[in-house]
Amino acid sequence: MSRQPMNPIVRRRQITNAIALVLATGATLFGLLWLVWILWTTVTQGASALSPALFTQMTPPPGEEGGLLNAFYGSAVMILLAIVVGTPIGILAGTYLSEFGKTSVLAETIRFINDILLSAPSIVVGLFIYELVVTTTGHFSGYAGGLALGMILLPVVVRTTDEALRLIPNQLREAGLALGLPQWKVVGYVIYRSASTGIATGVLLGVARISGETAPLLFTALNNQYWSTDLSAPMANVPVVIFQYAMSPYDSWHALAWAGAFVVTAFVLALSIAVRLFLRPRSFK
Amino acid sequence: MSSATITSEQGAPATPERTGQPAAATGDRLFRLLTGGAAWLVLILLLGAAGSMAWGGREAFQTFGWSFITSKDWDAVGHQFGALVPIYGTIVSSVIAMIVAVPISFGIATFLAEVAPRWMRGPIGMAIELLAAVPSIIYGMWGLFVFAPFMSEHVEPWVTEHWATLPVIGVLFDGPPIGIGMLTAGIILGIMTIPFISSVMRDVFQAIPPALRESAFALGATPWEVVCKVTLPHTRSAVMGAIFLGLGRALGETMAVTFVLGNAHDFSLSLLMPGNSIAAAIANEFTEADSPIYHSALIALGFLLFVVTFIVLAIAKFMLLRIERKGR
Repeated sequence: MSRQPMNPIVRRRQITNAIALVLATGATLFGLLWLVWILWTTVTQGASALSPALFTQMTPPPGEEGGLLNAFYGSAVMILLAIVVGTPIGILAGTYLSEFGKTSVLAETIRFINDILLSAPSIVVGLFIYELVVTTTGHFSGYAGGLALGMILLPVVVRTTDEALRLIPNQLREAGLALGLPQWKVVGYVIYRSASTGIATGVLLGVARISGETAPLLFTALNNQYWSTDLSAPMANVPVVIFQYAMSPYDSWHALAWAGAFVVTAFVLALSIAVRLFLRPRSFK
Repeated sequence: MSSATITSEQGAPATPERTGQPAAATGDRLFRLLTGGAAWLVLILLLGAAGSMAWGGREAFQTFGWSFITSKDWDAVGHQFGALVPIYGTIVSSVIAMIVAVPISFGIATFLAEVAPRWMRGPIGMAIELLAAVPSIIYGMWGLFVFAPFMSEHVEPWVTEHWATLPVIGVLFDGPPIGIGMLTAGIILGIMTIPFISSVMRDVFQAIPPALRESAFALGATPWEVVCKVTLPHTRSAVMGAIFLGLGRALGETMAVTFVLGNAHDFSLSLLMPGNSIAAAIANEFTEADSPIYHSALIALGFLLFVVTFIVLAIAKFMLLRIERKGR
């Protein structure tokens, strides 16, 4: 096989190398296999349950036909509420970290805590908002659901804003200050504009994340079988409907759950892919 | 991670003295207050979450004391609550998840660093990251309707037949092949944590100084030897950080395991029997809790989960920070 007799040690090292690299390739294929399997199931099961009624009718009682209109509406409203609450606070906090706090102990502590919030169990966020809002107001509500989602969105926005602002070269700030602009104008008119792609990436990835979050909504927004636009009442939402319908014994509910799962997954993946492809901030690096 | 390593010296210059410009100074002071307040809010939220759960769970902690953690009686009617079963389930399912996820993630990082041609790295890395974007409830549904039946038909009978007779650990694999249980939940958790661990590992593998790798290659090392003897030792603490990050995720994951754990409060050593986890118990029972002490016990569980994940994630952060500093 080889042209000259090979040193047995070299040979063994090369065989080990080949085995290890084949295993690594196998591990990658193994990882991708699950993605394909899960997506395949969601698409085949979900597509067969898709129908116009899904977007025009309310969630049905067991055994009847229906759709998920109230759930889609509720999810959209609560996600909007989360964006309205989470984005401004997140951008401001990120601005503090990058423009004022920098590497001070306080700023590093907040970064540290923020990163932990980023990975903290979302069910704990649900419990916290339950204690904070539901116990004090006395009932489940769309507001509580939106706040819980906002609290999950917040650390994502803080982190990406901080990182995006720190990528902006210092000359831009110096140029603004040299013109005699106060710092808040430099940040507001110059820095935010340069970093807008990065900040938008953070917000959109955060939205993708909260769109499928179920655990924090279980005991904040609860669920609502009927059409309701009242944010101070329990509100229907897609993830909790999927959870309840999938755990039920009824086939028609299972089909609706798959349809909902398909729509949510398609939305989340489309958003994630679009953000990664079009918005990745790579300038200034 | 790599984008965060921009050094602080490049940050904004300190607020310049603005004597004689009262309007601008007021604007700046306001702006600083506003942003600082928002930053403090992040701290307050975390403390508030911990505090409110300690407060909500105080009744359970006071009533049951240490037996809340060591007792396995979970009796909603008799108002006796011991959380050993969910605590055990959380730990066991997370351990299984790590056994699945760590070698696979290491393989993926190795593949992306040493095997894949350059053009392939972006798309494959992104595909793996998409695994993390899939909502956890989808994993749960897929687990319940597709993966649990698959386990019960193809995997668990084999496992029982071949592994149940092993000494000592055999008891773990002795049970009915019903598909619902700790083993299935742990594997699904493992799949979910693969993207978190592998993307951090990939980032740190790529961030090692090229001179180190190149000199190893120049000495005649094979790609595998470079990974084992140069990359891995150099990035050891970050790799541990990545694993702890995945562990933190696995411990707190709710929806994916709620579907496939079976919500049983009977203690069983077997991985094939239905079990419970802290997060799943809260998700399943919280809205049904009909007495204050039941509520309090579930919130106390949430507090335990919060404290444990906080510690695990803090360890992860410290280990990741160490390599960031080293890179500076």
